[in-house]
Amino acid sequence: MSAVQVDSISKRFGPTVALDKVSFAVEKGELFGFIGPDGGGKTTLFRILVSLLVPDSGRATVLGLDAVKDYRALRLRVGYMAGRFSLYPDLSVEENLTFFASVFGTTVEREYEQIRPIYVQLEPFRDRRAGALSGGMKQKLALCCALVHRPDILLLDEPTTGVDAVSRREFWDLLGVLKAGGLTTIVSTPYMDEATRCDRIALVHRGQLLGVDTPAGITGAFGRPLVGVRARERYKALLALRKYEHAQSVYPFGDVMHYTDRRLDAPVERITADVKTFLDASGFADATVEVLTPTVEDSFIARTESAA
Amino acid sequence: MSDLAIQAKDLTRTFGNFTAVDHISFDVKAGEVFGFLGANGAGKTTAIRMLIGLLQPSAGTARVAGFDVSRETEEVKRNIGYMSQRFSLYEDLTPRENIRLYGGIYGLTRAEIRERTSQMLERLGFSSVADTAVRSLPLGWRQKLAFSVALVHRPRIVFLDEPTSGVDPITRRQFWELIYDAASNGTTVLVTTHYMDEAEYCDRISIMVAGRIAAMGTPAALKEEFTVESIDELFVRLARPVEAGKAGTLP
Amino acid sequence: MTALQGLLRKEFFHIRRDRRTAAVLIALPVVQVLLFGYAIRTDVDDVRLAVVDPAPDSATIELRNRFAAGGVFRTVAVVPRTEDLDRLFESGTAQQAIVFYPGFAEDFGSGVPARLLILTDATEPNTGSLLQSYAQSVVDGYARSLRAAPASPALQRPVSIVAQSRLRFNPTRESKNLFVPGLMAFVLTIISSLMTAISLTREKETGTMEALLVSPLRPWEIIVGKVTPYLAIGFISVAAVLVEALLVFHVPLRGSVPLLLLEGALYILVSLSLGILISARTSSQRIAMMFALLGTMLPNILLSGFIFPLESMPAALRALSYVVPGRWFVAIARGIMLKGIGLEYVWRETLFLAAMATVLLVASIRSFNERLE
Repeated sequence: MSAVQVDSISKRFGPTVALDKVSFAVEKGELFGFIGPDGGGKTTLFRILVSLLVPDSGRATVLGLDAVKDYRALRLRVGYMAGRFSLYPDLSVEENLTFFASVFGTTVEREYEQIRPIYVQLEPFRDRRAGALSGGMKQKLALCCALVHRPDILLLDEPTTGVDAVSRREFWDLLGVLKAGGLTTIVSTPYMDEATRCDRIALVHRGQLLGVDTPAGITGAFGRPLVGVRARERYKALLALRKYEHAQSVYPFGDVMHYTDRRLDAPVERITADVKTFLDASGFADATVEVLTPTVEDSFIARTESAA
Repeated sequence: MSDLAIQAKDLTRTFGNFTAVDHISFDVKAGEVFGFLGANGAGKTTAIRMLIGLLQPSAGTARVAGFDVSRETEEVKRNIGYMSQRFSLYEDLTPRENIRLYGGIYGLTRAEIRERTSQMLERLGFSSVADTAVRSLPLGWRQKLAFSVALVHRPRIVFLDEPTSGVDPITRRQFWELIYDAASNGTTVLVTTHYMDEAEYCDRISIMVAGRIAAMGTPAALKEEFTVESIDELFVRLARPVEAGKAGTLP
Repeated sequence: MTALQGLLRKEFFHIRRDRRTAAVLIALPVVQVLLFGYAIRTDVDDVRLAVVDPAPDSATIELRNRFAAGGVFRTVAVVPRTEDLDRLFESGTAQQAIVFYPGFAEDFGSGVPARLLILTDATEPNTGSLLQSYAQSVVDGYARSLRAAPASPALQRPVSIVAQSRLRFNPTRESKNLFVPGLMAFVLTIISSLMTAISLTREKETGTMEALLVSPLRPWEIIVGKVTPYLAIGFISVAAVLVEALLVFHVPLRGSVPLLLLEGALYILVSLSLGILISARTSSQRIAMMFALLGTMLPNILLSGFIFPLESMPAALRALSYVVPGRWFVAIARGIMLKGIGLEYVWRETLFLAAMATVLLVASIRSFNERLE
């Protein structure tokens, strides 16, 4: 039995469609990631899974329990971290933790082993008010509070948003530790680079899932060669390349442009040669062209385009 | 005046005992795209607020568009555009109304406002939603519109504070192309972001850590200097010593 | 268009498009004018009059008829002894009483000033003195009519009626005595309704309510947990107000303190439930505060008898006041503090408050949503 089974869930708020016939499954012990920007429906989906919202249609089953009918039983077994900081800023680290432990009928001491990997990082600040912590520390505290009652599944809604790069890495390291302990974890994030840390991911955009697979599976399905172009006069080269007759898409990725070709049957060597020739002829003699491996972000962009 | 759009020398800002911005000095040339990077809480927003005249420096000086930020604040404000992550446009007004409002505030004539409104709407492809409340538009559209509105009075310099947070990858890139477009017309752009991969879009960048500028230069030069593959790695390298060394004071 | 014009125009857009605020801005003044216009009335009618006439004679009957005929007074009881008045005043059956001394008419005849006692229940702030002067004017009118047209030529001495006025329960007519009970209700409303509503909606606004909902806490547990501190604080406040009133302002407390505190507790429960109900309807602290102010404080100020006497209001508003919890508590508190009456007289009001508390409490627990929408 899957840890989570979702069949054709839809939800709308007034005229806005938040989720449009979304279906997927999460297996026990998986670290599953929902990847996508704001407004895609990730938060709505999480709220349905933890029984805070009722879907307009479709069914969600978490740990074998129906998210609508069995909500009381479900809430006892789920560890949930709402998007953005949702703990008490005027209580200290310790007070927050004690409160959440007590609400679930346990104590911090009893569950210490469970939360130790994270709590050791917080311990020096146990008397500090939660509101005075840095973004990264707040999220670690929220994670602790979600774990303190030993849930059977963890749902974390955008735990790394707005947090600095160092803390983000540390957070994902912690999730890795939890996974090693066998805990099923579902995470949502807008950061594409975090996708590779998950066992499987689902790309979420405008209420729809653009793909559910392992990160390698998603990028492997890119479908066409990806070419990286560098040129000193970046913007001009970009505009010029867009006008190339065989150009399918040209997107800036920092100092590299990601190019895909319209011709589905052309071998990649031909494409790189053609592009180089075109750029030379357009006055960008210094341009370099190479073959790239698609990333999750490339896949996201490609799928968004074809969904549109 | 020199062709320096922004000049900051030992710019400092304290709040009681806390030093948010600690003697930063940097220059931005006219027409440059300058990336102001750093973690949240590193002091970026405070620095920007001083440069646009919203906050008085505690010490140090800065000149923006040739005017002193402490003593010639009104002239500074008139010559710059600003877009912040937290607020950009009035949600219950339509795009057209927003453009008219800001155009009026910056002293454009009715004719100018009309002309630029249609130009802007066409360029962004927003003609069909020109009279829908901004609140109903997707986030990415709002951000692009906000950027255009910040430029409605054709300022020489535009300050963008975390303009692409939370936006989808395609819109994010479209946004940066708008930035490139503005820069190619000679507008200087100073943008703050916590997306380190966006650093690569900039001509030059600075990385702020705990109120100080820890590194500054072109992305390529910095990567070489610190022997890292990406600016993200560089940031981790710069931020980590502070985290590890001063445990107990930082978070 | 100048920058300033543009800004002004924008503000009008905002106001027009924010339905709720617009409704309040327009509706509120209208409602207030209506309420204040009707609530502040300086005339009195249908005064419940008791008569003590140990030895009725032609003069007393004539005067009694005059009182009854004017349309202002309504005779509710005629009793032979002054002692019988206590029960009438305490239960509120009579607001005013005229006490005739035996030999009223005879005194006219002998040229001795006839004496009369006018007793007025002064626990109503404004009406006390009004009632006094009304009664006085009826008496004066009678005296004048006697002088103007002497019934018998035997009356050669001038006729005079001397009316002594006394105010019951608040003889010195100190306004603070009347305000304190109302003030207690007011303070309790702020703490119980306003603070409860704000506390619950603040939880929603910061997002921590989500965490509470997903926990094993049941709705009633969440409510009780969040509301009990305010119950305790309310109690302490009432005690503080009482102590201050007694010690600093020397307001009388003639009745039973435990009873007063019990009634206070009932009133707190009612207010708390209202606060919870308000918070169930919104997740914005600002709106909760607005509703709490409009829905609890304003009615309590206007329609509880705190400042504006209920007797002076038109029947419609008086009927409306029946659903204002403060009205019941103020009546009870005034009765206990100034009249010294006990449960046997306020049992009706107490029952009403208790019923309100039960209904509202149940409704508020029911209204608490276990989900986000």
